[in-house]
Amino acid sequence: MAGAQTHRLGNAGLIDRSAPLNFRFDGKAFSGFQGDTLASALIANGVKLVGRSFKYHRPRGILTSGSEEPNALVELRTGARREPNTKATTAELYEGLEAASQNRWPSLRHDVMSVNQLFAPIFVAGFYYKTFMWPAKFWEAIYEPAIRRAAGLGRAAGIADPDHYDKAWAHCDVLIAGSGPAGLAAALSAGRSGARVILCEEDFTLGGRLLSDGGTIDGLPAAAWLSKTLDELAAMPDVRIIPRTTLFGVYDGGTYGAIERVNDHLPSPPEHQVRQRLWRIVARRCVVAAGAIERPIVFAGNDTPGVMMASAMRTYVARYAATPAKRIALFTNNEDGWRTVETALGAGLQIAAVIDARPDVSPAHRSLASKSGFPVLHGSVSGVDGGKDGVRKIAVSLTGGARAEVEADGLAVSGGWNPAVGLTSYHRGRPTWRDDIAAFVPDGAPPGMVAAGAANGDFGLGACLSQGFAAGAAAARDAGHNGKAGIAPVADDEVFSLTPLWHVAGKGKAFVDYQHDVTASDIELAQREGFESVEHLKRYTTLGMATDQGKTSNVAGLAIMAAVSGRSIPETGTTIYRPPYVPVAIGAFAGHHRDETFHATRLTPSHHWAVEQGAVFVDTGLWKRAQWYPRAGEKDWLESVTREVKAVRGGVGFCDVSTLGKIDVHGSDAGAFLDRVYINTFSNLAVGKARYGLMLREDGIVYDDGTTSRLAEDHYFLTTTTAKAGLVMQHLEFCRQVLFPELDVQLTSVSDQWAQFSIAGPKTRDLLKEIVDPAEDLSNEGFPFMGAREVTLRGGLKARLFRISFSGEMAFEISVPARFGDAMARNLMLAGAPFGVTPYGTEALGVMRVEKGHIAGPELSGTTTAADLGLGKMMSTKKDYIGRVMAGREALVAPDRQVVVGIKPTDKARRLRSGAHIIPKGQTPGPGNDQGYVTSVCFSPTSDQWIGLALVERGRERIGEIVHAHDPLRGEDYDVELCNPVFYDPDGGRQRG
Amino acid sequence: MRIVCPFCGERELGEFTYLGDAKPVRPEAGASEDEVFDYVYLRDNVAGETSEYWYHGGGCRTWLKVTRNTLTHEISSVEPAAGAGAAKVGA
Repeated sequence: MAGAQTHRLGNAGLIDRSAPLNFRFDGKAFSGFQGDTLASALIANGVKLVGRSFKYHRPRGILTSGSEEPNALVELRTGARREPNTKATTAELYEGLEAASQNRWPSLRHDVMSVNQLFAPIFVAGFYYKTFMWPAKFWEAIYEPAIRRAAGLGRAAGIADPDHYDKAWAHCDVLIAGSGPAGLAAALSAGRSGARVILCEEDFTLGGRLLSDGGTIDGLPAAAWLSKTLDELAAMPDVRIIPRTTLFGVYDGGTYGAIERVNDHLPSPPEHQVRQRLWRIVARRCVVAAGAIERPIVFAGNDTPGVMMASAMRTYVARYAATPAKRIALFTNNEDGWRTVETALGAGLQIAAVIDARPDVSPAHRSLASKSGFPVLHGSVSGVDGGKDGVRKIAVSLTGGARAEVEADGLAVSGGWNPAVGLTSYHRGRPTWRDDIAAFVPDGAPPGMVAAGAANGDFGLGACLSQGFAAGAAAARDAGHNGKAGIAPVADDEVFSLTPLWHVAGKGKAFVDYQHDVTASDIELAQREGFESVEHLKRYTTLGMATDQGKTSNVAGLAIMAAVSGRSIPETGTTIYRPPYVPVAIGAFAGHHRDETFHATRLTPSHHWAVEQGAVFVDTGLWKRAQWYPRAGEKDWLESVTREVKAVRGGVGFCDVSTLGKIDVHGSDAGAFLDRVYINTFSNLAVGKARYGLMLREDGIVYDDGTTSRLAEDHYFLTTTTAKAGLVMQHLEFCRQVLFPELDVQLTSVSDQWAQFSIAGPKTRDLLKEIVDPAEDLSNEGFPFMGAREVTLRGGLKARLFRISFSGEMAFEISVPARFGDAMARNLMLAGAPFGVTPYGTEALGVMRVEKGHIAGPELSGTTTAADLGLGKMMSTKKDYIGRVMAGREALVAPDRQVVVGIKPTDKARRLRSGAHIIPKGQTPGPGNDQGYVTSVCFSPTSDQWIGLALVERGRERIGEIVHAHDPLRGEDYDVELCNPVFYDPDGGRQRG
Repeated sequence: MRIVCPFCGERELGEFTYLGDAKPVRPEAGASEDEVFDYVYLRDNVAGETSEYWYHGGGCRTWLKVTRNTLTHEISSVEPAAGAGAAKVGA
């Protein structure tokens, strides 16, 4: 049975009392209401202790009511959905919610590591650097694991996230961050002007501080004005309000990042819905109405549970009808803090005392105090007596030196307000200091962005409304919308009087950064040790480096540094602000790009047929290619691949090679163009012929290879490797457009338009005759080796036929429009049945190319020259081409370069593996005598042993030499013989036959 | 970042591929190794306005010459790069 909500007020707040919700915290059952956050529900149940601190394991409570919370971090949910470091102050309550406190063992109330507090003197700033310096090898083995166990935040789930995340684009004229008075006023004026508006609100309820602080706008109570305004905005079709959405970053060109917590407020997302959505919003103008963050004052014991920001305390009372304390003391240095006293008194709570650091208190407040019977003490809080059960007594240093003591179970603190300068500073804008509010305000905002209201340092309700309204109207106008914005909502401004106070000296730990346990004395120590620059201060003490990014701590830290280093706060300056404003799950950035949808998948035209054949597929880039086609009874891949190779070499087989890049090159200068991009000449290629071509990069290294055919005087058909298909197209377009604009040439990518099959083996012609129209002459005279032309197939379909061979056999490649690819595969099987046709995969393709010594990806490694690959003679000396001059550089033509050579093991039974190093025989392997490495290997059914290709120093001069293969990765050492890389049919008779 | 393609309009960064400095001009055939070396390798590291090649591969496949300020990322002009790297024959 859930515990009673002992700290819930009677009949107020924005919670739905007709919708009770059960939840568990650290296994204990509680109840709350719809509209609660986990924090407000815990408060309503009288829970004060919610976590242990990072370093000292000190008991911590709830400090704030928003996304700036440094203390109340929990593990939310269980199992695969467990999310560490979730802020209880923003987590919406739902039925069955389960949360656990972090960084404690065995339990939150009895935490063994709280003994760290006794050793506090050693945990000072930089202690990791100082204490664990040596012996160095102890760091990884002993220190780091121990520290990670002791310090550390929550635990990640460690299981794949079961939820989906979405990514979406949105475009608008005016983007508004925040739905407080300034943001709503901006939406009103921009919307009325006719602009397309998107407003993002972090909270699940719209209204910002209006929800907690109320006020009177246009003569109406804030709640009534809010409801009227939201109705008006809802009626505007071009105004879109997205709640539960934080604008976390701004990027070039008016692009903004926002994270929408679509279904985080439910136990799990409904079926077919995403959990979160990452928005990329393109906006002409942006109004930042993100408000301000109340800042703590640093004093001893300021982290005791029950010490809370004054604004948060009145939010819990007014919005959530939850009472963090029954007898409240307020410690303030400004007028705004007093609003908490008013709210608390209005809710029937007791005020123990107000400790006001200012010299004067207004007569109105004075009379309120005497009417309500609480003392106003001039001075500061110098210490807190309390522990894990909360605040008991508060020590006060009165102005003039006397001391006093206040009994209270809650302490509201207000040190003033810091405008939320994150978004406006993400393009390296440095905020400027404003003395009247003792805070940094936005400056140097990215183009098109303006801050309004509290985010701009103008905290009054009237100022928020008028500034927001003006900013919205101006933004709409800048985006080209001049409709009538009407009249701005009007409200009075509250008095804002503040006497800066950052740090009260006293005995005991005084925390600046709650989440990283950085104290005032750590900052003083950093200054003494020379880490005065704010960037050094940050890294040495870890101030502001926790998941809250120092939202409540940075300015106080700077102020303390300024004081001890004798500089002003603006002289001390701020660190660089960087996105994201709030932590964003990696899953949201990945979106749907995970698992099988990590990238797009390309299927070959014969894919579905290959699936029916039971093919095993391999990922090559985005493609799925049939790797081999296992048959019943075959015990492993090698057996299948060997069968496929033998079937091709002894009969006929076919393979889908549609993944090669294909480019149509048209124009009267097509030949001249190819001459400039290939090392060899294509302008003299006869129509109806194909030629192998090699491209270099401009630095002289080989870029890509492929076969290019001349189909007409002004039409070439160029192929690229599968891997470089897109890049070669891009490169050729660069050459055409940027380097050689005078040439009459056009390029068309046709990779996806043609299905291409290699048909290979001595019975290829027999099979083709069944496919091709009988009128086509396929004889050696009628269609010689390296012939290429259009043919008509039986049935009338036009196809392109190329007599080229990668396998070394008598072979053709046939191209049909991609939509006929599936039919072609089926047709080849049918027509080839009498000849025992065998489909083969990329593995057999690879085996046959190694047997023929053809180069492929492993040899086109981005380090090899044409000569390295044995293709130096192709380099024309009669023309200019890309890479020609740089290919002649001394080091690229040096005689001791590593060049492609064949290898075979001296022990015929030995298996070869790629990557083994080549060392001269009899030498001990080492970097000094590493002469190359094995690039490609295969079991050659034709040679009945493993063979390979290798890049070896002066390899071609050393044919017949026995060298040593050293494979430290697999622990293998063996001898291989360097040999001619063409293992099969070296004079090429078979492919010409 | 967004680039206004002269043919396709304003498009998002993901549609484009960056190549680099658009200043060097490819030397004529017969140029010395030093000239070609400079063309291939030597680049200014500009703090301020620079022109660079971007390929609109996700759109019209035009190579563009984009003038961009490396300090602010502000783009001041985008034009087709036609002939931008061509050897100035006879010049």
